[in-house]
Amino acid sequence: MTTSTKNGAQALIQCLENAGVEYIFGYPGGAVIPIFDALLDSKIKLILVRHEQGAVHMADGYARATGKVGVVLVTSGPGATNAITGLLTANMDSVPLVVICGQVPTFGLGKDAFQEADTFGISAATVKHNYLIKNSDDIPRIVKESFYIASTGRPGPVLIDLPKDITSTICTVNANEAKMDLPGYSIPNEGSAKDISKMARLFRGSKRPLILAGHGIIISGANEELKNFADKIGAPVATTLLGKGAYPESAEKALGFVGMHGTAYANKAVGRCDLIISIGSRWDDRITPAKISEYCPDAIKLHIDIDPAEFNKVLVPDASICGDAKTVLRQLIGEVEPLETSKWLEEIAGYKKKFNLNYKIHGGLKAQQVIDEIYKLTEGKAIVSVDVGQHQMWAAQFYKTDKPKNWICSGGAGTMGFGMPAAIGAQFGRPDETVVAIVGDGGFQMTLFELATAVINKLNIKIIILDNKYLGMVRQWQELFFDNRTSGVDLEGNPDFVKLAESYGMKGLRIKRAADVNKILKKALDHQGPVLIHAEVVKEDNVFPMIPAGATVDKMLLEAPKQKLEKPKGST
Amino acid sequence: MSDKTNIHTISLLVANKPGVLMRITLVFSRRGYNIESLVVSPALDGKFSRMTITAQGNPAILDQIIKQCAKLIDVIHAEEHIGNNSVEKELALIKIETTSDKRTDILQLIEHFKGQTVDFNDNDLIVQVTGTTEKLDAMINMLKKYGIIELVRTGKVLMLRGREET
Ligand SMILES: Cc1ncc(C[n+]2csc(CCOP(=O)(O)OP(=O)(O)O)c2C)c(N)n1
Ligand SMILES: [Mg+2]
Repeated sequence: MTTSTKNGAQALIQCLENAGVEYIFGYPGGAVIPIFDALLDSKIKLILVRHEQGAVHMADGYARATGKVGVVLVTSGPGATNAITGLLTANMDSVPLVVICGQVPTFGLGKDAFQEADTFGISAATVKHNYLIKNSDDIPRIVKESFYIASTGRPGPVLIDLPKDITSTICTVNANEAKMDLPGYSIPNEGSAKDISKMARLFRGSKRPLILAGHGIIISGANEELKNFADKIGAPVATTLLGKGAYPESAEKALGFVGMHGTAYANKAVGRCDLIISIGSRWDDRITPAKISEYCPDAIKLHIDIDPAEFNKVLVPDASICGDAKTVLRQLIGEVEPLETSKWLEEIAGYKKKFNLNYKIHGGLKAQQVIDEIYKLTEGKAIVSVDVGQHQMWAAQFYKTDKPKNWICSGGAGTMGFGMPAAIGAQFGRPDETVVAIVGDGGFQMTLFELATAVINKLNIKIIILDNKYLGMVRQWQELFFDNRTSGVDLEGNPDFVKLAESYGMKGLRIKRAADVNKILKKALDHQGPVLIHAEVVKEDNVFPMIPAGATVDKMLLEAPKQKLEKPKGST
Repeated sequence: MSDKTNIHTISLLVANKPGVLMRITLVFSRRGYNIESLVVSPALDGKFSRMTITAQGNPAILDQIIKQCAKLIDVIHAEEHIGNNSVEKELALIKIETTSDKRTDILQLIEHFKGQTVDFNDNDLIVQVTGTTEKLDAMINMLKKYGIIELVRTGKVLMLRGREET
């Protein structure tokens, strides 16, 4: 073993280089100055953000768009607590991150030292794993373990809390010789032969099979296998919101996404299928009713997941296989027989025709039209990053995603403020592709300061603000379920977003009329550099279809209801 | 006291590291689940610790809790144990009020339960007793009428019989 003369900070940076890190999204402070200092001598590029939440969302967008681990560096105390929302967001959606937080020196721990926060304790519930390093010689091992844990199995964020004295003292262990020590961590890969054949048998005789493809397909890189599997058994494929891109949405057998605001034909198909197989989805409460026994009660339910804790959590499947989606699908495809589904596929085609997604182009500028136009102008090839609200659901409906890693969306946490910084991260990861952020006026204002990060780094992102001057999704609920008693949703007083963009040195464009959409979006796409498009859309449009929270698909609303609705019993 | 009929015993082998206990208790507390008893001590190999947890609640939810514990990076394994394939023991210290007229009765009772008097004064004594949780419950119940001043129980520990690893 060779000994090293690097201090902890330098050792850390070398470990990050060894892990192939290109970018660190970060924000400095007293506790991380040694690390920022060491970064100066590295080829890793530091992206200085404007808020730590922005840094984590950027790393998250980078990770979702590339499949690589996103890396964040923030200071102790408020720096670390500002990162927590980003950790929750990544953890809920299984996104691999390594988040390094500075900490007060070890001798100050627990003494309410300046800018001390119990980061280890606070973050524990929002990460896959976390560490507090108390010996500089542990740095190489822990960094190596962190990347491994973050990126393997069911991915997730890992936080490293790093006291300042640890980064300032010598790390005697050579960064290249670190050995992991993870006796409690194993990564499922192949499904057991018994489980495979049990599940394969259950397909026999199914006339109306349906595949539900989740984020797990994308994480596993199993989109080819999924397509082959769907072709072999002749099943249509619906995805979850995060599964968009797992299967080409413009394909004939594609049903789009299921759930509360999913396509009516996907939800109809869920109500009609006699077998449903979820691959890499967790039957989340936005796609299943509160009373789970009412969820396609006559269908055989099958579940493939890499995380054994997902089985029996929401529903008890008839068979399950624990393993990596790609590997398991390869195993399963050899054991299933083609099914006779031509009638079913006809039925599906009928639903797709009857319940096709549409919108009316009259009575003011419609958000759906803006999304539809950007879809056409980018030929469906853009990486689309969305925020949370009505615009998110319209984007999911009208921007069809054909490729994995092209749809970036905070699904599990529903974090407003995610969309724009995540788009920045995605653009760093895939610099030669078109990245479009579709955000609401509310959510955009939660992290708008990251416009500076886009401008300074000359990123080519196109930010479309669908400004309805409302917290639209909440207003919709109040209109439909609370007698239109709007409360706390009026965003009158929004800034002039074009001027705002200009004040950051970014090009700003405005769309006010339906007739201008195409022209202005074209202009935005042709412009080299970041552009903000302020689309002043109608204020009180609602997203349909809608399954009220907790309800079954037969309660799906295709349009504004005539009669008063009961308050939903579901979660949120 | 809680209803004892629905108590589950979970044994875990975990890394002997700071924070492990917090991670496990978080799995319970996020659901508002209470841990009835908890015993942690180093395993034969000091790199690891043994934990025995008892908790009550809906079996399906506890099953989920066990899986979520097992999934923690620092947890080597977590399992619920039911039935006769394990030995389960607990120790209790019970401080009892004694007056000369009751003392003989109390001592007889202690002997019946194979307890040991570990502290003896004019007005009180401390008895140490080991056994299954049910045995301890029974003894404590019978001692109640003499006046229990204080009660400290270790919580249950468990070991699988034969060569199966706990
Ligand atoms: C951080 C955060 N706070 C609150 C919410 C609750 N919420 C969900 S959608 C929504 C409204 C979003 O408004 P806007 O960004 O303007 O989008 P719109 O629905 O109008 O398209 C709110 C407040 C949330 N998801 N995230
Ligand atoms: Mg809005």
